[in-house]
Amino acid sequence: MAARGVNIRIENLSHRYSSKSPVTFDRVNIAAEPGESLVIIGRSGCGKSTLLHIVAGLLPPTNGTLLLDNVQVRAPSSRWVMMFQAPHLFPWMTVTRNVGIGLHFAGWPKKEMQERVAEAIRLVNLEDYANSNVQDLSGGQQQRVALARSLVMEPELLLLDEPFSALDAFTRTALQRDVRSIAKQLGINLMMVTHDIDEAVLMADRALVMAGSPGRIVHDLPVDLDDPREREDPLVQSTRAHLMQIFQDAAKPSPIRRNAAEATTRLVGIT
Amino acid sequence: MNTNAAHTAVVVDAALSESTRAMKSAGRRMFNWVAGLSILLALWWFGAYLIEINPSTRHFADFGPVPTFQAFPVLWADGTIQSAVSASGYRLGVGLLIAIAVGIPIGILMGRSRTFRELSNSPFQLLRMISPLSWEPIAVIVFLSWNHAIIFLIAIASIWPVAFSTAAGLAKVDPAWFKVSRNLGAKPWHTLTQIILPAIAFDILTGIRAALGVAWIVLVPAEFLGVTSGLGYSIEDARETLSYNHLTAMVLVIGVIGYMLDSTCALAIKRFSWHRGAV
Repeated sequence: MAARGVNIRIENLSHRYSSKSPVTFDRVNIAAEPGESLVIIGRSGCGKSTLLHIVAGLLPPTNGTLLLDNVQVRAPSSRWVMMFQAPHLFPWMTVTRNVGIGLHFAGWPKKEMQERVAEAIRLVNLEDYANSNVQDLSGGQQQRVALARSLVMEPELLLLDEPFSALDAFTRTALQRDVRSIAKQLGINLMMVTHDIDEAVLMADRALVMAGSPGRIVHDLPVDLDDPREREDPLVQSTRAHLMQIFQDAAKPSPIRRNAAEATTRLVGIT
Repeated sequence: MNTNAAHTAVVVDAALSESTRAMKSAGRRMFNWVAGLSILLALWWFGAYLIEINPSTRHFADFGPVPTFQAFPVLWADGTIQSAVSASGYRLGVGLLIAIAVGIPIGILMGRSRTFRELSNSPFQLLRMISPLSWEPIAVIVFLSWNHAIIFLIAIASIWPVAFSTAAGLAKVDPAWFKVSRNLGAKPWHTLTQIILPAIAFDILTGIRAALGVAWIVLVPAEFLGVTSGLGYSIEDARETLSYNHLTAMVLVIGVIGYMLDSTCALAIKRFSWHRGAV
């Protein structure tokens, strides 16, 4: 499989779902070089998943610029493909059919499609299940099928919306390692959102901490560690501790909010 | 080595007991199927016997099973069964095809567009509640032939189960499938043929099965008037010529064909159903 990364430029990007709803995130700026893996970490509701949907072209931004290789993103494309929290496989199809569905949509010739699908299935180690119905697979295997379905499109940017959060610890660790390794092997960009600090350290070249309401990128931490990364590695542990500190600092309420909270506490007489 | 042999023996035993269970279950189903039909036949025979021993009803004895089964070779040899089945089959097939061709798109529109669903709900519910046969006088005026009028009656009766079942199926479709397919570059045609139709195949077929039942019920009384062919006509003809065994034989033909059509639909539903649990 041949692929390459993409140049990402996000400038002053803001979003709100409607004119009456609150701003989801505000003035987000991100720049990344081809092949870089970005992990956006933040608490639930800070807008990180919405940001990813906008980058995938599944939602329009309210304001700001989003350029991938200097091209404005307006719609989904086979160049930037998203993998979701749940595999969302099509249960009436086999593994092979699920993996090849994107190529079928793109009108690929049957023979070339078969070859490329077989290669993607091999990449995620599911050769023995190629003709199985996806309902017969475990949760981890289904997520591997979803990964192959994304990779077969040879995207330049793979967007990952907490795709391992529903998996058991062993499967999660294996998939974290595999996805990063495949992305590096293909030279593609990863942009992942998570609220798991361990996952951010294991997957990222750069960890972007998103916080506040509306959400903003409050810290950009380079994660300069060798691969393969192991949880027990002291360097991984210290990076994790550092990121945890940044994450906790970012989650603290602002002085104005803290004063308001203290005043409320005094008023209701809670000590 | 002994452990391996013991393990193999356990696996073989388990496979054998599973196969035995499956065979026993199939045997039980077959026995009950035959027993159920035998009970029906016995009740029919007993009813005919009571008719026969009563002097005031004796001249209706031809309704019994023996004269009925004796009528089959005659009706087959003179082509009554074949021509009636082919005429009714044509009307049923065309009427159902129209209902499917119109009902599925209506159902998809109802499932996908809130405006269409809200707009169409009252008129469709109202039209659905009109007895199909009450359209007959209007159909006879509007259409040039009775044949077309009967096809219209079958279509108007069958369209609602197909449309409502399709809409209900679509309401259950996981919205994430649309997001995923869009993410993978699906065009509207792909979404329809690769996602929507396979996802709701079970519901569409269930609707067609219900529609077939309704169409079959409408067909026979619709053929009582105006036409000179079909199962309904042959029953009416047998009644007028007092050939009670022919009448009962044709009723039996209607039952058997209806049962076969329903079983075919049930098999198709089983074949196209993918529901085994959430993915």
